[in-house]
Amino acid sequence: MGIDFDLTIVWAFIIAFAVFAYVVMDGFDLGVGILFPRLEGEERAVAMNSIAPVWDGNETWLVLGGGGLFAAFPLAYAIVMPALYAPIVAMLLALIFRGVAFEFRWRDPRHQGFWDAAFFGGSVVAALAQGIALGALLQGIDVDGRAYGGGWWDWLTPFSLLCGISLVAGYALLGATWLIMKTEADLQAKARRYARWAGLLTLAGVGAVSAVTPFLEIEYYARWFAWPNVLLTAQVPLLVAITAFAFWRSLAKRESAPFLLALGLFALCFVGLGISMFPYVIPNEVTIWAAAAPEKSQVFMLVGAGVLIPIILAYTAYAYWAFRGKVGVHGYH
Amino acid sequence: MFDDLDALLLARIQFAFTVSFHFIFPAFSIGLASYLAVLEGLWLKTGREVYLTLFRYWLKIFAITFAMGVVSGIVMSYQFGTNWSVFSDRAGPVIGPLMAYEVLTAFFLEAGFLGVMLFGMEKVGKKLHFMATLAVAVGTFISAFWILSVNSWMHTPQGFTIGANGQFLPADWWAIVFNPSFPYRLVHTVIAAYLTTALIVGAVGAWHLLKARRSEAAPSVEPNGSPAAVASPRASTPEAARTMFSMAMWMAAIVAPIQIFAGDLHGLNTLEHQPAKVMAMEGHFDSHPNGAPLILFGLPDQDAATVRYKVEIPKASSLILKHDLDAPLAGLDTVAREDWPPVPIVFWSFRVMVGLGFLMLGLGLFSLLARMRGKLYDWSLLHRFAVVMGPSGLIAVLAGWITTEVGRQPYTIYGLLRTSASASPLDAPAVATSLIAFVLVYFAVFGVGVWYILKLMGHAPQIGEPGLEADPDGPIRSAGITPAPSVERAP
Ligand code: HDD
Ligand code: HEM
Ligand code: HEM
Repeated sequence: MGIDFDLTIVWAFIIAFAVFAYVVMDGFDLGVGILFPRLEGEERAVAMNSIAPVWDGNETWLVLGGGGLFAAFPLAYAIVMPALYAPIVAMLLALIFRGVAFEFRWRDPRHQGFWDAAFFGGSVVAALAQGIALGALLQGIDVDGRAYGGGWWDWLTPFSLLCGISLVAGYALLGATWLIMKTEADLQAKARRYARWAGLLTLAGVGAVSAVTPFLEIEYYARWFAWPNVLLTAQVPLLVAITAFAFWRSLAKRESAPFLLALGLFALCFVGLGISMFPYVIPNEVTIWAAAAPEKSQVFMLVGAGVLIPIILAYTAYAYWAFRGKVGVHGYH
Repeated sequence: MFDDLDALLLARIQFAFTVSFHFIFPAFSIGLASYLAVLEGLWLKTGREVYLTLFRYWLKIFAITFAMGVVSGIVMSYQFGTNWSVFSDRAGPVIGPLMAYEVLTAFFLEAGFLGVMLFGMEKVGKKLHFMATLAVAVGTFISAFWILSVNSWMHTPQGFTIGANGQFLPADWWAIVFNPSFPYRLVHTVIAAYLTTALIVGAVGAWHLLKARRSEAAPSVEPNGSPAAVASPRASTPEAARTMFSMAMWMAAIVAPIQIFAGDLHGLNTLEHQPAKVMAMEGHFDSHPNGAPLILFGLPDQDAATVRYKVEIPKASSLILKHDLDAPLAGLDTVAREDWPPVPIVFWSFRVMVGLGFLMLGLGLFSLLARMRGKLYDWSLLHRFAVVMGPSGLIAVLAGWITTEVGRQPYTIYGLLRTSASASPLDAPAVATSLIAFVLVYFAVFGVGVWYILKLMGHAPQIGEPGLEADPDGPIRSAGITPAPSVERAP
């Protein structure tokens, strides 16, 4: 380790990046699902159209996040998945409902109401489950040797529920700001209203989670408040405040800024999470080095990841850029 | 202790259930993606309308199949961690990277081009659209490549060392990826996917040929008394049904024999590396020092270590497996009992697969005969046979996987890691609850999906078949990283 090139850290960043990419990308499309019941008639078609062509690509980042963790940190994967068994299974089932709703809703107009409900329910449950999983990880996981040592309800605590609800609000915020950017007229006005509410809730959630986290009897407190670290870590809440303020001001008139600033908020929360966790994958129990796959696996994968992830990102960015602008009821106008 | 056993069994059932459901969709979509590429290629080359009609017809079915493949696949990638965490810890360094490559090389490729393929023809032009279709087809193949490499490594592991903490550590990636059973399994599975698709396409074609003939026999009459105009633009086109039927029958006639040959080679390879599995497939509880019989049917009794009511051909098994009538063949009596796979399951699933394989061959030969006699499009018996054989590919594929996977028991990593030592430390109620949830959701959701697919198949292809993009009530839908097309901004 030390100065020489530490592949484990590189991989920790790659996995963190994949997870972040997943959270913001699927976040906005789950968010649109969360807002779905509040939309009416044509608005639903427009909202659905704005995300229909991207959700599969977005969820592929989830597969990369999970698969990448398996490959680069197998021990962490082996401990975390059984620990978070119930929320993960709930998330997977929810994603099934929501994934097929895109197709089935048009296939079968008579049952559109049902598939709309499935789309909404799937989105909410998936978001809630992801937030709960995050909370359960943050509050600590029982480890016994090289395996999970707790019971199958350990994940359920007030703290993990708080994280779950906050994430639902956060995704709703991303979804609403995405709609501001992608739609016009009445729907856009509506989206602005929802973005305000979701923004308030998200900030409240972020505030509550941040306030509780340092006191979770894990070493988080030290990482945030020890001198001189605190000089650096204090920048995070400061930046959150600035971003939140800018977001607020942008909400009334701007088209893309709210979405970008909401992304910024997520990025800052993610950095905060990193500060709390690093260098552990499982708080206080397993560090990234303990969980890491051997160098041979890391190098083998890095060759592929180094070439392919930039290409994937470039292609994704190009596609989003080429198709920027507003969406209509039938997509093609 | 008792609880542990239950959780293990439940986890096994859960894995088998979710992966079987998952594989139904790729088995169809791997073949269908290639078929679509062929159709579009033919259309570009010949300009014949019928190919475009068929392309659009099958594209809608593909969209639904693919969506179901994706969501059931995401479940699979988490099953390893949730239910097989000890296995994941031990084998992660070896198979994790292969699965990561699958995501990077296959899933992103598919996701990237699927959007263009599904609704982009007007948007990007014909050539580029064809490229997208090809990219998706290639993506499905790459996906099969990696996941089958992973699976084959678990059957015939090599190229690794075992670390102090019990982990399998990679030593030679080439040896890992191209492990001994991989080439056979890849060829056999991909051909299986092609056959599966051909049989479904053939059945749909045959169905519409039969239906067209029935309505010819009783011509529908317009209110004003004149027979319905055959050439009205929305009339179903027997040409499309004929073309797909003929293409599918060529496929069956050519590929079924190749599959039987590939399966035979696969079996020989298995005999070399997993002899106990072949003993179970053959029902050989006893060793045969001079020529083993081929047991055609019978009821294997695992406890009594014998096959009851068997119908056998003397020495034929030695002939198939050793190419020598008198070659000795060892039986399960040479294997410790705790290393036996569940024989009856393997024995029967193998027979289902092989039996269906020969029926497919029969269908292919029948179609050649009909072709020779110039009756390919109006021999009802052939068409009925083809309709009945429609789902046979899917059944054979599942039977094949059951043979392969149950036959490797009691190991997950053959000879090295037992299934009983692979599972997660979960409480039985947790696994039971999730299993029930998976069963309910899968049957409900995928049942509905299959119903929609059958409904689409029930409509004959129309001349000027609307594409996905032109569907009046069907806006853009699933998949891809191609964001929603923008509306021209009003000035
Ligand atoms: C990448 C790996 C992989 C792949 C592609 C498959 N399997 Fe598998 N299968 C496993 C990896 C695995 C496993 C993780 O290794 C299991 C779990 C427990 C075990 O012994 O093997 C298993 C068990 C397992 C069992 C239970 C066997 C028993 O407990 O007696 C069945 C019936 C199947 N599988 C069926 C299938 C089917 C129908 C597949 C494809 C369509 C399939 N498997 C693909
Ligand atoms: C346990 C084993 C398996 C796992 C973990 C797995 C995982 C996955 C995942 C995560 C997806 C969704 C990808 C996306 O987001 O686009 C998927 C789809 C797919 N899988 Fe699997 N899979 C398994 C078995 C197989 C097998 C055995 C094959 C083929 C031989 C296969 C072929 C495909 C294909 C072609 C797709 C694309 C979607 C489709 O065509 O329906 N998979 N798989
Ligand atoms: C009729 C002759 C056939 C023979 C002799 C044959 C032989 C085999 C054997 C020996 C295996 C097990 C290999 C192992 O686990 O080591 C197998 C597996 C399999 N078979 Fe067949 N097979 C035949 C036909 C078919 C047909 C018609 C299909 C599907 C359309 C099919 C699909 C599969 C699949 C999907 C597997 C599991 C994957 C694999 O291990 O390759 N087979 N086959």
